[in-house]
Amino acid sequence: MSEKKPPIWLRIYTIIAYLYIYIPILILIIFSFNTMKLNIRWEGFTLSWYSVLFRDQDIIQATQNTLIIAIISTLVATLVGTLAALAMQRYRFPGYAASETLMYIPIVIPEVVMGISLLVFFVMIHFTLGLVTITLAHIAFNIPFVTLVVRARLHGYDNAIDEAAMDLGANEMKTFWRVTLPTILPGVLSGAMLALTLSLDDYVITYFTAGPGSTTLPLRVFSMVRFMVTPEVNALSTLWVLTVFVVLLIGQIVQSRNS
Amino acid sequence: MTTTQAEENNKRVPLMKTIRENRVAQGLLLISPANIYLFLLMVLPLLLVVVLSFLSRGTYGDVVFKFNPSNYTRLLDPIYGRILFYSLEVGIETTVLCILIGYPLAYYIARAPARQRSLLLFLILVPFWTNFIIRIYAWIMILRAGGFLDDVLQWAHITQGSLNLLYTPTAVMIGMIYEFLPFMILPLYSSLEKIEFSLLEAAADLGAPPWKVFLRVTLPLSVPGIIAGTILVFIPALGMFVIPDLMGGAKTILIGNVIRNQFLTARDWPFGAAASMILMVLTMVFTLYYTRKAGFGEDLLV
Repeated sequence: MSEKKPPIWLRIYTIIAYLYIYIPILILIIFSFNTMKLNIRWEGFTLSWYSVLFRDQDIIQATQNTLIIAIISTLVATLVGTLAALAMQRYRFPGYAASETLMYIPIVIPEVVMGISLLVFFVMIHFTLGLVTITLAHIAFNIPFVTLVVRARLHGYDNAIDEAAMDLGANEMKTFWRVTLPTILPGVLSGAMLALTLSLDDYVITYFTAGPGSTTLPLRVFSMVRFMVTPEVNALSTLWVLTVFVVLLIGQIVQSRNS
Repeated sequence: MTTTQAEENNKRVPLMKTIRENRVAQGLLLISPANIYLFLLMVLPLLLVVVLSFLSRGTYGDVVFKFNPSNYTRLLDPIYGRILFYSLEVGIETTVLCILIGYPLAYYIARAPARQRSLLLFLILVPFWTNFIIRIYAWIMILRAGGFLDDVLQWAHITQGSLNLLYTPTAVMIGMIYEFLPFMILPLYSSLEKIEFSLLEAAADLGAPPWKVFLRVTLPLSVPGIIAGTILVFIPALGMFVIPDLMGGAKTILIGNVIRNQFLTARDWPFGAAASMILMVLTMVFTLYYTRKAGFGEDLLV
C-alpha cells in the first residue's frame, strides 16, 4: 500500500491509540521515582527504589535463573528448531504431515494446559521440579517457534545456489557452512531472538514447572504485584522496558544498515 | 556416478553412505531431534492428561488409578457451565474488540510512508516484547482506587469518588485488550501491507466511493490477517488465568482459573485434567474450523 494521505480522523485515531499504548508505560516509569511507599499518590522524586532493587537478593537470584534458563533453552531450541526447519523445507520423508502437526501444538494448545500437562509429566516420572524442568519446558515450547521463523526464511531460498556451489566442487558439508548457513543466518537469528524473548517473558509454563524453590523474574514480578506493591516493582519494570527498548533499537539499526 | 558404483560404495560404508545418498534418510535425521523432543515433552504429557481426566482423586489429593467418568459429568454443573460460558464470552469480546481497535491502526501503519512505517511498527513492538505481567501492573496502577484514572477524572470534575474499577469484569476486559492488541495488530499489518495500492486506485477510478473500496477490496484481502490475529488472540484469551487473578474479583473466574486451582490449591488433578480437556477440545474445534476457512501459516509470522 502507501501513497495518498489518510483521512484526518484516522490520523487523530492513531495518535490516541499510541497514547493509549504508551501512557500506562509512562505512568509506570514515572512512579518508579516516587518517594511514597504505597505508591498511590505522587509525593516526591527519589532514586532510592533503584538501589533497593539492586540490593534485593531475591531479584538478583531470579534474574540469574531467568538468564540461565533463557540462554540454554534458546541455544538448544535454535539448534533443534533450525534442523527441523531445514528438514521440512528441503526434504520429503515419511511422517512429514505428523511432524508439521507437532509444530503447531504450542500455538493451538492454551498455555495453561501445556503447563499442567508438563507438571503432571514431571511429577509422574518423579523428576524434581526446579530450574532443570523449567529449562526443559522452555525448550519444548521454543522449538516450534524457531522452526516457524526459520522456515519462513527458507521459503524463498533458492536451491540453485547450493547446486552451483556443489557443481563448483564443494561437498555437502562445505556447501552448508559456506553457502546455506550464511544465507539463512538472519532467519536463524530472528528465531533465536523470538525464543529468547518467549523464555524471558514466560510466566504460565514456568509457574507450573518451577516447584517451590526456584524463581524466575516473571514469577517474582507476579508475586510482588500481588502482595507488596511498592515502587520497587516500578523500578524493575522500568529497567525491563528500557532494556527491551534498547535491544530492539539496536536490532532495528543493524537491520536498516544491512538493507 | 552410476547406480552400480553407488551400490558398490554402499556396501563398503553402509550407514554413512546411505545417509549421504538418500534424501529421505537425511530428512529424517534432521527432523528427528525435534520430533523426539516434542513427542516426549508435549505429546506424551498431553496424553497423560487425557488418561488422568478419567481417574479418581484420593483422600489426600493424590491420584488413584480407578476409572471415574464423573470428572466430566461434574463439569455439567451450572457453576462450571456458567464459567465456561463466561470464558467464551470474554474470549470472543477480547478478539472482536482487538479487531475493531487494531484494524484502523494497522491500516494507518500499512499506508504510512516507509520511514514512518518502521518507526510506528517499532513502537508497537516495544510493549509486545515487554513482559506481560508488567503491562498488567501498569493498568492496576491506573485503575485502582485513588489511582491515576480516579485522579484525572476528579481533577476534571467528572466524578467525585473513586470509580472502583479494579477487581471488576470491566478491569479484566481492559487488561485483556491491552495485553492482546499487539498480537492482533501485527498480523493485520502484514496482510494489509501486501495489498497493492493500485488495486484500491483502480476501484476508486471505476467510481467506487471510499467505503465501498474498503468493504469490497481492502477488507476481503485482509482476511488472512484477521484470521491469524484471531487465532493468536482468541486461544490465549480463552485459557487466560493471570489477568482475572490480578485484576478481577470473585466473579471473574475463567476456565483457566478453574484448571489452575484444581492443580495447585484444590489438588483434584483428575477434575482439573477433565476441565483442561474441555478447554483443549474447544480451542481445537475453533482452530480446525478457522484453518479450514483459510490457509494457516505464514500470516502467523510477522
